[in-house]
Amino acid sequence: MTLIDLANPTRFLSLTARVLPWLAGATTMLLLVGLYQSAMAPDDYQQGATVKIMFVHVPNAWLSMFVWGVMSLAALGTLVWRHPLADVAAKAAAPIGAAFTFLALVTGSLWGRPMWGTYWEWDARLTSVLILFLMYLGLIALWRAVEDPSRAARAAAILTLVGAINLPIIKFSVDWWNTLHQPASVLRMGGPSLDRAFLIPLLVMAIGFSLLFVTLHLAAMRNEILRRRVRSLQMMQASRQAA
Amino acid sequence: MSLGPYASFVVTSYTLVAATVLLLVTWIALDYRRQKARLRDLEASGVTRRSGRQATDL
Repeated sequence: MTLIDLANPTRFLSLTARVLPWLAGATTMLLLVGLYQSAMAPDDYQQGATVKIMFVHVPNAWLSMFVWGVMSLAALGTLVWRHPLADVAAKAAAPIGAAFTFLALVTGSLWGRPMWGTYWEWDARLTSVLILFLMYLGLIALWRAVEDPSRAARAAAILTLVGAINLPIIKFSVDWWNTLHQPASVLRMGGPSLDRAFLIPLLVMAIGFSLLFVTLHLAAMRNEILRRRVRSLQMMQASRQAA
Repeated sequence: MSLGPYASFVVTSYTLVAATVLLLVTWIALDYRRQKARLRDLEASGVTRRSGRQATDL
């Protein structure tokens, strides 16, 4: 099966039916291994056991940006290549991305209270991630406000591409401004500064959460294709009844 | 495994993540069942796809 074959929603549905059980199994296994490794990881000499929050906070923070990146590619697919599944992919990803961003904000806040002495600070990293969360909610609202999916798709694609400007701001906010949030310790020049005892569980959890996103995204895309099939059949039924 | 004086922050974080992931999975699974049920209803009312396939065929 080539990539162009996936442009056909029916072929895409048959592919998802075959791969989803395997993806769900692999996701569950990886997350269980990651959780075990997180539980067994030693306490940090400064942060104590609160360092364990990192194993769920960082993967969710990475995915909050990654999902918007996926939606931006899908937006290009809608506007430039008019790929039939591009807006399906974008619409299906938005609630999942919003959930990851919400978790990044909440777990970050719960980590910040014991370490910084506050749940929230209006610094550049925290504020830019909050803006990302609000943009996700705005996109979901836009999709729900416009009944015709193809009309909503173009408006949502433009909004997504405009919102992508926020991604480098989030990534480099800790370098460009003085922030309470620590600078990057994994994705940085010179390699990760984390000890292997923390890095390995973190990477396993990050891969597990990434697989979770792929699984949920494919399942949500399948639902969206079925929802559009329902809509077109209802319209066919209505036009037959009117004739 | 002792989580020390900040155990409540760690436990709350993991609980919230688990609850949100469970909510996402449940929502997507229920949505799938809802769409399949709507397609079955349409099929029962005699509506067919342009391709001639049944509404519920993948």
